[in-house]
Amino acid sequence: MKRLYSVLVENRSGVLMKVAGLFSRRMFNIDSLAVGETDDPNVSCITIVSSGEKGTLEQIEKQLNKKIDVIKIKTFSEEESISRELILVKVKYNKNTRKEIMEICEILGASIVDMSKTLLTIQLCDTPERTALLIQMLASISIVEVARTGVLALQKCNLSD
Amino acid sequence: MLGADAIARCLLEEKVKVIFGYPGVAICPFFNSMLAVDIDRVLVRTEQNAAHMASGYARISGNVGVCVATSGPGATNLITGIATAYADSIPLVCITGQVDSRQLGSDMFQEADITGAVESFVKYSYLVKNAEDIPRIMKEAFHIASTGRKGPVLIDVPIDVQNKPISRFSYPAEVNLRTYKPTVKGHAVQIKKVIKAISKASRPIICVGGGVHLSGASKEVCDFAHKYGIPVVSTLMGISVMSTNDPLYFGMVGNNGKSYANRAMNEADLIIMIGARVADRAISQPDLITENKVLIHIDVDPAEIGKNVGPHIPLVGDIKAIFEDMSGHELECNCNEWVELLNEYKSDAPVRKAPRDNYVDPAVFIGLLSDKLEDDAIYVADVGQNQMWSCGYHIVKKGRFLTSGGMGTMGYSIPAAIGARAADGKRQIVAVCGDGSFQMSMMELATMQQHKLPVKIIVFNNGYLGLVREYQYNTYKAHYSVVDLTGSPDLKKLSEAYDVPFYRLKDMKEASSVLDDFLKDSGPGLMEVMIDPMDTVK
Repeated sequence: MKRLYSVLVENRSGVLMKVAGLFSRRMFNIDSLAVGETDDPNVSCITIVSSGEKGTLEQIEKQLNKKIDVIKIKTFSEEESISRELILVKVKYNKNTRKEIMEICEILGASIVDMSKTLLTIQLCDTPERTALLIQMLASISIVEVARTGVLALQKCNLSD
Repeated sequence: MLGADAIARCLLEEKVKVIFGYPGVAICPFFNSMLAVDIDRVLVRTEQNAAHMASGYARISGNVGVCVATSGPGATNLITGIATAYADSIPLVCITGQVDSRQLGSDMFQEADITGAVESFVKYSYLVKNAEDIPRIMKEAFHIASTGRKGPVLIDVPIDVQNKPISRFSYPAEVNLRTYKPTVKGHAVQIKKVIKAISKASRPIICVGGGVHLSGASKEVCDFAHKYGIPVVSTLMGISVMSTNDPLYFGMVGNNGKSYANRAMNEADLIIMIGARVADRAISQPDLITENKVLIHIDVDPAEIGKNVGPHIPLVGDIKAIFEDMSGHELECNCNEWVELLNEYKSDAPVRKAPRDNYVDPAVFIGLLSDKLEDDAIYVADVGQNQMWSCGYHIVKKGRFLTSGGMGTMGYSIPAAIGARAADGKRQIVAVCGDGSFQMSMMELATMQQHKLPVKIIVFNNGYLGLVREYQYNTYKAHYSVVDLTGSPDLKKLSEAYDVPFYRLKDMKEASSVLDDFLKDSGPGLMEVMIDPMDTVK
């Protein structure tokens, strides 16, 4: 089971180490992790995607809550979240593959943000499924390198809000 | 006023009576500032024991224990002591010196990233970058260490911060931590559920853990048990919550506990777990204690509830506050038949096999020792066979039983007993260890003598690391590997060297008179008790 944790923490040095250290010490999985400042410069948001049994996922929340630098934790399932990931993929191309690459980009809504005579850099900001799909589609063509932000997520707005 | 003066002032504000430590250049400004305040300074012989002494002090005084070390190796030597305190939720404030903050990260002489190294063994840690923050940080540290689930807090102070003048000193009256607000009061709805569940039960059992001591709730919990006649068992850390010879007390649970305590847990229809972690040594199969029974779990730490076992009724809060609330409720409970049954189990329990002649039987010896100790004596058990014998056969009357439970740190007993002495100058204090654990902290005999913190030390000498030898006997067909302690010092000569009165007991014949001699005064004493090398825990 996958679960997303949106963890608001005090923006101090060493806090990321404390949170990440907790995951490694207690053998919790980190599928992805992203950190950034919030609108309040004293507060950072750590978005963690983890997977495990129900009891483990519950422990993650409880143990995170014990950390004194943790201000608030919001946790939700994939269905309850709006999640996005930004990826950059560098691929090698030639006359034969260029068209196919461009078609894939068009279908998935990715854009080409850099290029040379042999290399293209493609950018996509989308759901984790679609970013994964882009990598899968390009894999057969020859990916040179990939950089990704990790998943960022917020809870879906409730219609009654 | 310098940063270092501010730290000393904060210790005064926190009414600290004694600190345990070891100096080095990086913490010298602090030790210099300590000359100006009326707080005892105990020089230990190795830093690990400063943390253990602070732990013994904290457990007996009920206040935060303070230990201090220098940067680098001083700080890293503290770690085992800090981890030991963390595993047993003992409130400590650990202050370490650090290299100049402007040089941090450049691998200077005696630089160690101590806040990073202790991260998983502390409740919180600070690296002080600005001397003006010292009063706030000290206030927060004492607050965090001593509230909620207690534990160690480390404050790392670079030498330039200690030497920096601060504009004005003002000790905050309150802490302002938006992220830290431990639950004290139990939820009223949950308390009602607990009361209802107890009323329905016919075979309830209370299992007390170290959390009861930490909350200072021994009296409240025992009163509750007595009022309704509910039998009580304990974990290792819960020993001495209830007097061992109380008719409602049925011993320690777990793989080294009493058979009848484990039977009581298995056959109960309701378990009230109080301030206990349901850890592996106490409950080897957590799923079994929820089978065919109701489990109530009361703990101050919400993360403990559901960690090892999913309770039917969780109740988060301070145990003392919860039992004060519970005493306001009426409930019916008739478990006389159940207690009778447990008494039958108790009388049917197998008796320990006596060891060979010409040795002291540790079980009989500990029973005799318990008889001779004053009612409120503090008994500190080390780790190993001595610990298992101690928790099996020591009769606690109104005293305390201390040991390193969660971490099982050998060498804990002597420094913890010295720390307990610093907290209480009147009660009898006895440290019981093996010849292995004794040699891990025997250097503290000097600390004991220097600072006039006398304790009575009993060393069970069997020439082996007994518990591991026993394990190797059972698991590796008696292929002993690295457990023979040949080469140990002559304890008589050693006690002469440290000027500590010495007693040796070779068999039980003169045990009574030798013990009388050993315990006759309030001075220090070292007693060597000869144990059959092949003797076992059970």
